[in-house]
Amino acid sequence: MPKINDYVPIVGEDIIEELKIIGEKLKGKVVQHINSTSVGGGVAEILNRMIPLMNELGVDSRWDLIKGGEKFFQITKKFHNALHGMAVDITDEEFDVFLQVEDENIKTINFYGDIIFAHDPQTVALIKKKSDFGDSKKWIWRCHIDVSYPEPKVWNFIKQFVCQYNASVFSAPVFSQNLPIKQYLISPSIDPLSDKNKELPPEIINSVLDKHEIEKNKPVITQISRYDFLKDPVGVIEAFKLVRKHIDCQLILAGNTATDDPEHDKVLSKVKEKAANDPDIHILVIEPSNNDIEINALQRASDIIIQKSIREGFGLTVSEALWKKKPVIAGAVGGIPLQITHKYSGILTHTVEGTAYWIKQLLNSPEYARKLGENGHEHVKNNFLITRHLKDYILLFVYLYYNQDIIHL
Amino acid sequence: MSNPFRFYTRLNLTELLGVKAKNLAELLEGLKSVPGSSIYYHTHRFLQQHHFLSPEPPNDFAYWVSNILQENKLGEQLASIDIMQFKKISELREEFISVIEKHINTSQIIREAPGGAEFYFMKSVSFIIPTRQIVNNLTEFAEAIKKVSINSVYFHMFEARLRLEREYNDFSNWFENELGESDLAKKISSLDFYTHTLDSLRQKIVFFIEQRINAQNK
Repeated sequence: MPKINDYVPIVGEDIIEELKIIGEKLKGKVVQHINSTSVGGGVAEILNRMIPLMNELGVDSRWDLIKGGEKFFQITKKFHNALHGMAVDITDEEFDVFLQVEDENIKTINFYGDIIFAHDPQTVALIKKKSDFGDSKKWIWRCHIDVSYPEPKVWNFIKQFVCQYNASVFSAPVFSQNLPIKQYLISPSIDPLSDKNKELPPEIINSVLDKHEIEKNKPVITQISRYDFLKDPVGVIEAFKLVRKHIDCQLILAGNTATDDPEHDKVLSKVKEKAANDPDIHILVIEPSNNDIEINALQRASDIIIQKSIREGFGLTVSEALWKKKPVIAGAVGGIPLQITHKYSGILTHTVEGTAYWIKQLLNSPEYARKLGENGHEHVKNNFLITRHLKDYILLFVYLYYNQDIIHL
Repeated sequence: MSNPFRFYTRLNLTELLGVKAKNLAELLEGLKSVPGSSIYYHTHRFLQQHHFLSPEPPNDFAYWVSNILQENKLGEQLASIDIMQFKKISELREEFISVIEKHINTSQIIREAPGGAEFYFMKSVSFIIPTRQIVNNLTEFAEAIKKVSINSVYFHMFEARLRLEREYNDFSNWFENELGESDLAKKISSLDFYTHTLDSLRQKIVFFIEQRINAQNK
């Protein structure tokens, strides 16, 4: 795992120095993160990376897990889908089972932290323990998912608990809710030192291209995302076909094999059908064990990266691409407009035709495409790296003990 | 003996206010009711997040009106509001309100933002932190300003002037009141901060100071 000073060559000594200064302000406080799993999933991934760095910065951070059986996690998966806006039928009995498991966890978890940081709906009802401690502990609920159009029954159930926290955190403004408690905007981040984002030698990039039989002397347009209708891979192929009427180029669609999405196979077969064995359309299904380095190499080998999502959580693949100085054309949904300012640090589109238009523009204007990539890289460096994420969390912890808008530390 | 200058830095946490607008009338309503720290946030966010860009994108209100509502004329008017003219956020708020009210009173069409593209009001919570850089003269100042973070330059040039209502930027203030360097102070305060990237602003300040040091040494 990287150390905090490993980030100095990337973001500068001054930024790391500022983190160390604010980290000192939490001396004596213990931050206790609670979530549902230590491996797999975005929350576990970011906590695994952030907690050691937090401790290095002097913020005593620890991590506990709730326990829940198969039935509990089936119910919370339903919650997850409902909060994403899917019509899901949840029975009263299922709500009861959820609450029983939360009560059991309340009995067994040692709430030793000064700041209790609960992640996602699986932990939301732990707040019932708050009254036992009076005001001596601060409670934060961190929502990692897109709740812009939640299914009302489930959201109202969750909301009754959220309202009891001292503060809540959302990843994008569009996810914020009408709540009686404070809400903070803290976007997720990428780690520039991870396998997915670190610099790669040309021989590794070339070996990945060779493995997938991708030509090196023809422009490459790529979308990295799981095979899901909400990522519109079929629309990407349609846009590509419009472009190829005028420009000789190739398309890569790359996604994971590992998925618990029942629609995965259906989407993949639709994509293959649409591609109709076109030799310039490379449909890749990447094994999870090779995933990070291969995705990194494919992004670095691309001329343009697409993220044509119709709905999106945050869409960190956009930041990953921008970090590699690639011009990105993406759907203006979820957290993507935070990462791309249209025509400054990338291109935002709404339609297949618009996507095709901008692919042609960028392939024919390499200087402008290069400038977009460079601006995007700077934007990510300032706003979407793990160092900014650390800063936001530390400031939030400090701010729990203040009430004014301007604080002299 | 003059008082030394201590460099501070400033970090920001963003609070979501739970207030959103889907058309100009709602934007106007929000502009009138949100705290000053929200007006400050939306007129300075691009500057901080895109401080490397030149030309940089305009304030959030102008960007939303132009790019989401497609009201290009009003967007241009909002983008061209000269923030340097204002010494208080309350005055800046009034200017935005006045420009939008004029437009609403003469406009026939009410445009609505598509779902998910509404304007979300946020506010800025600022944390002001002393750095280790303390200087006593122009030479030390020129060295220190090269070392401090861009957040520090931002704080002394933008936030101290408008948000803390110190009238001038901190650098000009110190040059004039502690070093008696009125011309240098004026040169810096007459720059249009909002049309420079933060790095180019820093370079410009260094250039003016070094020019003055060279003149003193002649």
